[in-house]
Amino acid sequence: MSVLMQELNAKALALSVPMSVQLDLTYRCNERCVHCYLDHDDHGEMTTAEIKHLLDEMAEAGVFILTLSGGEIFLRKDFFEILEHARQLTFCIKLKTNAIMIREPEAARIRDLGVESIQISIYSHRPEVHDAITLVPGSLKRSLDAIRFLKSQGLKVIIANVLMVQNMQDYEGVRALADELGVASTLDPTVTPMMDGDRSTLNLGVDNTALQGLFRNQSLVGDVEEFCAVPPRPDEDALQSLPCSAGHTACYVSPYGDFYPCVQFPLTCGNVRQQRFLDIWRNSEQLKEVRSIRVKDLTGCSQCTHVTNCTRCPGLAYMEGNMRGPSTQDCEKSFARTGIPSVNLRSKKPSVKNLIQIRMQPASAAVSA
Amino acid sequence: MSRLYIARNTRVAARKLDGEMMIMSGKDSTLFTLNKTATIIWQAADGATPLDEIVERQICPKFEVEPAAALQDAETLARELAAQSILDLSEDPILSANSQPASPPAGEMR
Repeated sequence: MSVLMQELNAKALALSVPMSVQLDLTYRCNERCVHCYLDHDDHGEMTTAEIKHLLDEMAEAGVFILTLSGGEIFLRKDFFEILEHARQLTFCIKLKTNAIMIREPEAARIRDLGVESIQISIYSHRPEVHDAITLVPGSLKRSLDAIRFLKSQGLKVIIANVLMVQNMQDYEGVRALADELGVASTLDPTVTPMMDGDRSTLNLGVDNTALQGLFRNQSLVGDVEEFCAVPPRPDEDALQSLPCSAGHTACYVSPYGDFYPCVQFPLTCGNVRQQRFLDIWRNSEQLKEVRSIRVKDLTGCSQCTHVTNCTRCPGLAYMEGNMRGPSTQDCEKSFARTGIPSVNLRSKKPSVKNLIQIRMQPASAAVSA
Repeated sequence: MSRLYIARNTRVAARKLDGEMMIMSGKDSTLFTLNKTATIIWQAADGATPLDEIVERQICPKFEVEPAAALQDAETLARELAAQSILDLSEDPILSANSQPASPPAGEMR
């Protein structure tokens, strides 16, 4: 993040302005990614008019960066009508999409509307791996074609790759592909639980050995020694700091109007169909609770070696049962980075697969022995 | 002497924060902030009102400044912003310019 953006975020924080919002336009999708955390059925999405009204309220509240995501945003027939309205309100627009519905005309329209960037999910450079994750044959080719259409319009494209057991061997290939296409790429080893709390998707996450390899790859992390160093003990400023921007300068709105601190933090703070966006932002008791939390208040984490540079996600902690608690996935990342288990990991009982065993020896064998 | 017309570039993103405009270039995502005076000029840049009129009506009554000096400063600002593709300049009115509001409703919370 640029120094200027940091300064603006600090000002927004001081003034309690929601600088950034992610708005999911739909949870419907034309892919069925094995790790996806969403229920793709439509349970009553906001109408075009409701979304336009919400955008008006967000502009009034001071929202500057608006990420439009899903589900697959291009499944909404009114997508360009919504995008046009958002641009008339001068939002800085970022799109998240699988891009398989973007051809030349859509790319040109996106360019004309002044979209800042388009993030596209690519899980492998090999169709057999990518398509096995999206469960849509031909999806890699269509997404890559779309990237070329968007690039030909001069648009900024970012490839987003989620690292899982299925594509663990392919991240270098995805990066090489991004270089070849002339686009940026990101790599995230975090698989999140389903929004309904089902944690089965976490089985797709890579193990500690794989994380260690990742964190010691200089081309990914830069200075490995610095990246994997044990952080200094926290000073008072660090303990008084905020755990995350969720609910402070950023928030999330679902296709049904539900208002959360973040897309990964499914704590319902209100619904924009029943209340004004700004009223929820200012008055929600849930948001006030989130905003009251400082690093010093975190159970276990405040005493942990990793507290100053842990990637702890309050939303993942909430989904584990305590928004003031640890997010174990981030404990595992800190452990993989430094080799030192977090307070949370140390407090967990060791996992014993065969705690109770019954051994049996046939009588005949016992006799012969 | 020809008059200068200015219009906000329709490809930028913009929002007012604490009286100052944040602007992101549509060309390369460069971020700018304008101070309060520059923000007044930006908001008035509708393509139809000449710059000297903007300065006379919106700057001079609010600040202790000589009109000629204010206009000179405003022209310098306008040319700098035009060089960054966040403002359009012309010696004629820019008719198609702003269906887009300045930063509706300027991000000022009610």
